[in-house]
Amino acid sequence: MSARPPRPHVALRHQAPLLVWLVLVWVFLWETLSLGNIIAGSVLALVVTRVFYLPPVELSGRFNIYWAGVFLVHFVTDLFRSSWQVAKQAFTPGVPRNAVIALDLRTSSDLIMTMTGHALTLIPGSLIVEVDRANTTLYVHVLDVDSDEDLESARHRIYQDEERLIRTIGTREEGARLDARKEPR
Amino acid sequence: MTGRDVLDALAAICLLLGAVLAVSGALGIVRFPDVLSKLHAATKPQVLGLMLMLAAVGLRIPSWGTISTLVLIAAFQVLTLPVAAHMIGRAAYRTRQLKPERLYRDELAEVVERASDDQAS
Repeated sequence: MSARPPRPHVALRHQAPLLVWLVLVWVFLWETLSLGNIIAGSVLALVVTRVFYLPPVELSGRFNIYWAGVFLVHFVTDLFRSSWQVAKQAFTPGVPRNAVIALDLRTSSDLIMTMTGHALTLIPGSLIVEVDRANTTLYVHVLDVDSDEDLESARHRIYQDEERLIRTIGTREEGARLDARKEPR
Repeated sequence: MTGRDVLDALAAICLLLGAVLAVSGALGIVRFPDVLSKLHAATKPQVLGLMLMLAAVGLRIPSWGTISTLVLIAAFQVLTLPVAAHMIGRAAYRTRQLKPERLYRDELAEVVERASDDQAS
């Protein structure tokens, strides 16, 4: 194996949310909140993030609670809507027509791209097929498409999700770019 | 009717709804024509169905130990399921497991075609 490239240094402040999450998982697994568990969890979290070599997650250090709330509300209603839609589809006779569309995302952050992908898999009728990381383009399979309007509404919905995520955890510059250019393409 | 009864009733409703969603997911997997459509059935109703089931358990056994475990199950389900679906979907697309006549439009095929044209010329 060739030598690994030197690991980019990530400030502890930017890693803190991930460490807190790992400690929380540990405490939840033990089902008791005690000092011992927290200490053991912290040590494990540090060891795990050091030993397992993964591209560091770059957090922007920003977190907007208002937009996080907006995103969450939409996400949960979408989850109900999409389950209902797919469930209905399963019971109606006939087979649906589909489409694969390309979505050129506006963000350049890996994390936001990932989260958009996660969110869109759980919202109405969409599923990731392929990711082009270099061009930040997602290729998405959309269920039940029969017209250009269907396509555009699916596209619009996913862009909206991305926008909410950018406003929640994206950098200030990305947010400003969003304001400057409302609709892509 | 006591508070306990109300909780029990809510738990029962959650269980029933969750079961209905799980059934519709299973039915979708059987009925939808290709892998990618089947994945839709495997991801969406399934996740909400599971969450409703977990909620029912939480309502029935309301202790911190149980609820924290339920939260973990739900969180990991939401985190891992899209990844699994993506990997299967990607493999399905690359091995051409989908029927072109079923597709209204395929923008990925256009890109792939253009890329292979570039390579040929």
